[in-house]
Amino acid sequence: MNVIEKIQAEQLRTDIVPFKVGDAIKVYSRIKEADRERVQMFSGIVINKQGRGIAETFTVRRISYGEGVERIFPLHSPFIQKIEVERAGNVHRAKLYYLRKRIGKTATKVAEA
Amino acid sequence: MELLGRKLGMAQLFDANGNFVGVTVIEAGPCTVLQKKTLDNDGYHAVQIGLGTRKEKNAGKPLIGHCKKANTAPARFIREYRTEEPTQFSVGDKITVKEFQPGQYVDVIGTGKGKGFQGVVRRHKFAGGDMTHGAKGWHRRGGAIGQRLFPGRVFKNMRMPGHMGDVKVTTQNLRVIQVREAENLLLIEGAVPGARGAFVVIRHALKKTKPVAKATK
Repeated sequence: MNVIEKIQAEQLRTDIVPFKVGDAIKVYSRIKEADRERVQMFSGIVINKQGRGIAETFTVRRISYGEGVERIFPLHSPFIQKIEVERAGNVHRAKLYYLRKRIGKTATKVAEA
Repeated sequence: MELLGRKLGMAQLFDANGNFVGVTVIEAGPCTVLQKKTLDNDGYHAVQIGLGTRKEKNAGKPLIGHCKKANTAPARFIREYRTEEPTQFSVGDKITVKEFQPGQYVDVIGTGKGKGFQGVVRRHKFAGGDMTHGAKGWHRRGGAIGQRLFPGRVFKNMRMPGHMGDVKVTTQNLRVIQVREAENLLLIEGAVPGARGAFVVIRHALKKTKPVAKATK
């Protein structure tokens, strides 16, 4: 392994539970506010996973007060405290962008595994 | 304070604030002090440092002899930096990445990548001509280079096509992200001139460090 691969490999997190596109997950992220630190939770459906190695990111979509909200997290960020899988999904797409056009109940509906 | 190194390439990592930053990995030092130049001897104060080794069969006798004074094999890459005062280093000393701390700023000097023979659009950022609106065969030309019978010549330094790159480039005020003593590595935020494997000089950022008060005569 060369030096650059080594530098990146040692930052990879192994403590994150595996999850797939279509899963409903909860992401607990640490947020720094001035000198205080608190944990914020964001729950929703994973609609995208992209990138490799240290640069891997995933997108979580939820409907918040009737408005669609998406957040992109770096998978290996030290500011992710933990991830919980609430419900495993069973989808036939790698990207669930079709959910963006849905309105009402179906907007958060994904077949369960 | 300067240090010599070799650019290994770029990587990405999370810094203390959780930001994802691109860093250049430089294998820096250990450098050997080969010579101390003094005001009496050379007219100025300077330290000459060397990096790496050459096989003795690949080095000239003057170089072998010069490096022998510092008790080392012939160095691969030699540079000197000037100092105001006589330096605290002595010949044969090793300078390592310990001289740098994470968070401080450095300048990196290297030889930029050669771009070959380039036209004026790439080399001098000329606008060229229109791609459309009836333009034909006049897309990336430079235009006129002179006037008429007077002055009757092309001025010096007229920007024209030619060789680009492969010249000394300095990037200033780059933040040091990590210093790895065990592996002699410096991780510096942002890009640095030169190809992978190229030699670079790393120094404390001139514009970020307070100027040392010069001794008044």
